[in-house]
Amino acid sequence: MSNGPRNPREVFFTFARIGLSGFGGVLFWLRRVIIQEKRWVTDEELLEGLAIGQILPGPNVYNLSFMLGHRWFGLRGAFAAIGGLLAAPLVILVCLGLLYKAYSNVELLQHALRGMAAVAAGLLLASAVGMASSLPRRLVPWLFMLVAFAGVGIMRWPLLYVMFVLGPIAMYLAWRQR
Amino acid sequence: MATALSLFLHFLILGCLAIGGVSTVMPDMHRYVVDELGLVSSREFADAYALAQAAPGPNALWVTVLGLQAAGGLGAIATTLGVLIPATSFSYVASLLHAKHANSPVALAFRRGLAPVALGFMLASCWLLLRGVGHDWRSYALAFVALGIAMKTDINPLWLLAGGGILGMTGLV
Repeated sequence: MSNGPRNPREVFFTFARIGLSGFGGVLFWLRRVIIQEKRWVTDEELLEGLAIGQILPGPNVYNLSFMLGHRWFGLRGAFAAIGGLLAAPLVILVCLGLLYKAYSNVELLQHALRGMAAVAAGLLLASAVGMASSLPRRLVPWLFMLVAFAGVGIMRWPLLYVMFVLGPIAMYLAWRQR
Repeated sequence: MATALSLFLHFLILGCLAIGGVSTVMPDMHRYVVDELGLVSSREFADAYALAQAAPGPNALWVTVLGLQAAGGLGAIATTLGVLIPATSFSYVASLLHAKHANSPVALAFRRGLAPVALGFMLASCWLLLRGVGHDWRSYALAFVALGIAMKTDINPLWLLAGGGILGMTGLV
């Protein structure tokens, strides 16, 4: 059994830490803090939440954070989670945006970004490997994972189309599996 | 004011369509803000994205920087709320459904069926992130070193990100 957070305040400050750490993507930090550190949810629950966050419009991690917060403490928890996630990054971004207006030279930044993006890709991959361990050891789920990866990653098809084709088949098979 | 309002309405519509993340509607944001309204240049559009990537927090917040450049503070509020209001509403409905029907067979099939698909999309993000860096064996090597360290040690990954940034600035990656 996983234990949840004690109160919305803890949700807020935890998600604030996740948002502030999230250079090059937040998902890695979300998993690291609420699964590996706090054990508030399991890999399986997080992956299922992410799946729903992806089919809803908007930022996936934002949707996922809202739903996690709501699961723990209703609307108060939901707004604690997204408030924590966004507050500090928004302030930082507005300051950066104003600085950019004044100097408008981001070449050095773009060089730094190349290195950071490579590291971020490696970190995200580490999360994916961790979450893959929650998939059942059967052929069908792994096949769907591969096709989804190849469709969006290699073929560059729009995620929406891949989802519309794969989603219903995957759900139907999962339904029959029960 | 009028500009901020039209930005808000357009981003509100795009926010409703942004299934899979805000980056899926990025081309239309570019078309609207750069080509149609002419509020920012193509270069500024790309820079807004780069800035948000370098800053902590959800990458989708680049729409805030974009709004700021297009129409100042009001513009930033307009684009941010435009994207977040639909996301919040849909997440709320999904949360209510979950609270009521979490263990129904349909919900279970829904979650279990989509979980591997979600993981596939996540892997695709890793792949595209790497490809975006450029086809260079050194960036791939750096990614795999980061992967190995993250999986095998307890070192705070912020050090890895900082190291990656320094390697990038010195032109080694």
